[in-house]
Amino acid sequence: MSTSVESPYAAADTAQAETKRSDVTGASATVNAREANRVMRSATILRSRADLYAFWHDFEQLPQFMEHLVSVTRTSNTTSRWAARAPGGGTVEWDAELVNDVPDEIIAWKSVGKTDVPNAGSVTFTDAPGNRGTIVRVTIDYEPPAGAVGNFVASLLGENPDRQVREDLRKFKQLMETGEITTSARRIEDDATRTFAQASSGDLTS
Amino acid sequence: MRAVTWQGTRSMSVETVPDPEIVKQQDVIVKVSATAICGSDLHLYDHYITTMQRGDILGHEFMGEVVETGRNVRKLKVGDRVVVPFPIACGRCFNCVQGVFSACDNSNPNGEIAEALYGSTAGAGIFGYSHMYGGYSGGQAEYVRVPYGDVGPMKIPDGVQDEQVLFLSDILPTGWQAALRGQIEPGDTVAVWGGGPVGYFAMQSAWLQGAARVICIEREPERIGLARDICKAEIVNFEDTDDLVELLKQMTGGRGPDVCIDAVGMEAHGHGFMAAADRVKQALRIEMDRATVVRQTIQAAAKGGRVSIIGVYGGVIDKFPLGAFFAKGLRMGAGQCDVHRFLPELLTRVLNGEFDTTSLISHRLTLEEAPGAYEMFAQKTHGCTKVVMRP
Repeated sequence: MSTSVESPYAAADTAQAETKRSDVTGASATVNAREANRVMRSATILRSRADLYAFWHDFEQLPQFMEHLVSVTRTSNTTSRWAARAPGGGTVEWDAELVNDVPDEIIAWKSVGKTDVPNAGSVTFTDAPGNRGTIVRVTIDYEPPAGAVGNFVASLLGENPDRQVREDLRKFKQLMETGEITTSARRIEDDATRTFAQASSGDLTS
Repeated sequence: MRAVTWQGTRSMSVETVPDPEIVKQQDVIVKVSATAICGSDLHLYDHYITTMQRGDILGHEFMGEVVETGRNVRKLKVGDRVVVPFPIACGRCFNCVQGVFSACDNSNPNGEIAEALYGSTAGAGIFGYSHMYGGYSGGQAEYVRVPYGDVGPMKIPDGVQDEQVLFLSDILPTGWQAALRGQIEPGDTVAVWGGGPVGYFAMQSAWLQGAARVICIEREPERIGLARDICKAEIVNFEDTDDLVELLKQMTGGRGPDVCIDAVGMEAHGHGFMAAADRVKQALRIEMDRATVVRQTIQAAAKGGRVSIIGVYGGVIDKFPLGAFFAKGLRMGAGQCDVHRFLPELLTRVLNGEFDTTSLISHRLTLEEAPGAYEMFAQKTHGCTKVVMRP
């Protein structure tokens, strides 16, 4: 692949830099970089960068493997509305905009406007050495929860954000490699993964 | 359907439970025609493998008939007779593509349970083998949900008896790969600790892979009989010696066996101080595995030799003889079996009559008799060497 000029990680750092700048400008601040928590996880997936980028780039598909997301709806070319399960029922919603998008390399987004869940994230796609697929790296920054807002953050990332990102990535890998999210349930009613939005890629194998 | 369920330490019962369904569209449902109790099931029975839940259905050695297929299943159809590998593998991740099906990245939904202990997620999901290994319902039942139907189950030709091929699900390929991990060279002496069902097939495999001599270390009379008469092994009864390593050295012209295979695992019946200390520590949960056999294999192996561990271990051990392992330049291999990789070749060898697949079966029972069968197999009473059950 071509990373001759700039590594994709530099691109990711650029995305973060933008978030920090927006913090300084005040009005559109989403994440207070000085206080933000960061979760970073990666997985190696035996699919091409192009395939993985294409799936992720369609944000509306993210609820297929992200446990806490109910839906993501495109509102324009660069904005979307996200809805996540809130603890104790109901949903919490926020708007996000695309802040960096390099085909087959990086997608970065951040929440915009007034929200109880200021957050920014990026996902990068790089070739694993030796034709062993693609390294997918997810970085999420979020402001530490305070008071009742903590509940909203929990709805975004679960009670253990690090673990949640790891789990979501694992499910992304399952979906991309096998076409389904793994379950050991013997019956449909016992299948915890049935709460995921119906996977449209179930026919990957065909 | 009726199914054999785990109810607690050394407590099994046969219960009526809801039938399995097609949950994912690559699943098939298999109606079980024959199923067996594996020696490794005894680690669950004795509760040395943790993350068991009351009501879990056991069994990972089974075969039967496909009675239902998911929309995305291409190779199998209703009515096919199949034998099912005990590890569940997706067939698409890097490890599966490399043939290391037992390390499938995707088939174990609970892989993270092992992450702190093992430094990586656990290996493939396994039918009926605790929640750490995926929490799948097992094959000691009338019906089983089998994920990735196009990857695991292998069709069996008409006219072949169940008992000829049932053990392709686990113990035959497991014994075969145990011998392969020993990297046997022509003329090698191969010593197998444990003449149980896996040892039985490891010994036969060792001959087929070029061994010049096979030695079996065992104490149970029925197993000794099988090892001697069917597997053509020389026998060492470890109850008869205080210094097994020295005895093996004397038997091998002072060198030690070239290949040492541990087909015993975490519940070894050693004796002497170290084994007693292991038992105490394991009972107190200070040490999870009794390591008698591992230590013996390393001490006994010839310089430049190989140690192959196929007996199951789950945790950490004390007093691993790393110095001997280093000084002798040993190689070691371990792990669950990559059953899928060997099935076509081993089916051919079975049909050619290269393996004796039936002499080890001491008991042919019904599923309803499972609780007593577990007790009998665990206690090695009634000459029990292998139990096959039919629903």
